[in-house]
Amino acid sequence: MMLDIRIRHRLPSYEMDLALNGPEGVVALFGRSGAGKTTVVNVIAGLLRPDAGRVVVGGEVLLDTEAGINVPRHKRRVGYVFQDGRLFPHLSVGENLVFGRRFSIRREVSPSLDRVLDLLGIEALLDRRPAKLSGGEKQRVAIGRALLSGARILLMDEPLASLDEVRKAEILPYLLRLKEETAMPILYVSHSLPEIAQLATTVAVMQRGRVMHVGPTQKVLSDPAFVPMIGSRSAGSVLRAVVKAHDVDNGLSTLAFSGGDLILPTVAVPPGSPVSIRIEARDVMVARVAPEGFGASNILAATVADIHEGEGPGAAVRLQLGSDLLLARMSRRSVAGLELSPGVRCFAIFKATAIAREDVALARPMKEKTA
Amino acid sequence: MMDWLGPEEWAAVGLSLKVAVWATILSLPFGLVTAYALARWEFWGRSFINGLVHLPLVLPPVVTGYVLLIVFGRRGRVGGFLEETFGLVLAFRWTGAALAAAVMAFPLMVRAIRLAIEAVDVNLEEAAGTLGANRLWTFIYVTLPLIAPGVLAGCVLAFAKAMGEFGATITFVSNIPGETQTLPSAIYALLQVPGGEGGAIRLVVISVVVAITALLASEILARRAVRRVRGE
Repeated sequence: MMLDIRIRHRLPSYEMDLALNGPEGVVALFGRSGAGKTTVVNVIAGLLRPDAGRVVVGGEVLLDTEAGINVPRHKRRVGYVFQDGRLFPHLSVGENLVFGRRFSIRREVSPSLDRVLDLLGIEALLDRRPAKLSGGEKQRVAIGRALLSGARILLMDEPLASLDEVRKAEILPYLLRLKEETAMPILYVSHSLPEIAQLATTVAVMQRGRVMHVGPTQKVLSDPAFVPMIGSRSAGSVLRAVVKAHDVDNGLSTLAFSGGDLILPTVAVPPGSPVSIRIEARDVMVARVAPEGFGASNILAATVADIHEGEGPGAAVRLQLGSDLLLARMSRRSVAGLELSPGVRCFAIFKATAIAREDVALARPMKEKTA
Repeated sequence: MMDWLGPEEWAAVGLSLKVAVWATILSLPFGLVTAYALARWEFWGRSFINGLVHLPLVLPPVVTGYVLLIVFGRRGRVGGFLEETFGLVLAFRWTGAALAAAVMAFPLMVRAIRLAIEAVDVNLEEAAGTLGANRLWTFIYVTLPLIAPGVLAGCVLAFAKAMGEFGATITFVSNIPGETQTLPSAIYALLQVPGGEGGAIRLVVISVVVAITALLASEILARRAVRRVRGE
């Protein structure tokens, strides 16, 4: 376990009582605003002392209120990437990057400056001042600064939340590279499912100061039981696929996955590239017989895995397609009308155009992708 | 040019500059610590310290001078101790004038620095902490550069105040030409004798020039510092 956290803390509107075990890799802390995500990160970084708690990172106890241990923040070696960057305005980008170096005793654990510059594509910014950077550039520098401070874990608190869609799309490839090319464990706080679907290996779902569930990203996101927590509007599952061919005339791409072929709007990567695709549950329809003369590009044979009926009129149906899972959201009436139950054979249907560009990510990003 | 002023008048100008420079330099470290404590720390007696620092601003300067005489005079507790231990005499010496000027200028310096510290984003100091900087390094590498314009402004204010200090100075160290007769004391002395107006006006002109030069210099330096801090 990379992370082992217990926190009890009185917050203005509720009492946080949280236990979280996070494995290696990118652990996403997901929850709506006000769920207490930032509080958790602040406790780990030592910016907030909880009423009671225990924080163990990589086997080292950073906080144990019972044993009277509270390692001061400057000795915790956690790299905090703040939502607002928090670059030092009086220092150049280069000076910001190496700021943590003069304090880190175990310098050898940090990656080299050249490696970080290359990883984040920020070499050209070295002599500039933070005031002259775009939002996306600021966040890349902030990530580099945390990496170079000798940190053993990166805490990222909604690092993309303050950016517009274009800037987000500009940074995500760098985050993916960070994940693929370094072994740095990351705790990634977000309320954005597309981001989590692309980045996280593990998801912890938070609600009002509690961790409700921890599990592998694909499994959690396709689990009908978590639809109410995630929010039925944005729930969706993640498929892994490989690009097969492009149909330039129609602006479409064909991708192969374990359950057959998918037709999507052009995915601008060479054939053979692996990608992950997030498909929102509300975009997926279910039929018992393969429809004919129907205007959807993707009609795929499936088997019902399980069904979760909520309190409202809706139901979440998990479909097995090959080895992948797909989540569909429909009304309880339709579930009954179609006589769906676990094991029933059916068809999953969705339009190619239902998939937005931000829902498709390179599973292993290409080496050269500069801003 | 040099005979425009008499030797005694030149001595007053030189002494005033010396007194103001020393008063500013010596109060700076104390001013930084006091301003930081008042801006950032919650401690018992904070209001009392705050009041004490500001006292010279509201007390009649003569009272401040008299208190200094009682405490730092040769028969005062602190004064006696300083003389016995370090051979340092303050009463009726230029060093005493520097002390009086420093005490009178201190609230202005603390105020300017404190405002600057309060304007610093605490989040940046937190960020420095997560990057491995303890409180002292955070202050040196983050807070201090960010408040530099405010510190500079505080120093100039203190310098100007020290140049013009009269009431506490004349009470504590008197008005001895060449030793404790600062610019304002000299102007005062000249106005007491018949025919002294000419000399007094020349010294007034010098006072005005020094004050304006200090203000301009601080304005230019502060602008530069602000530009540097904002990264422009």
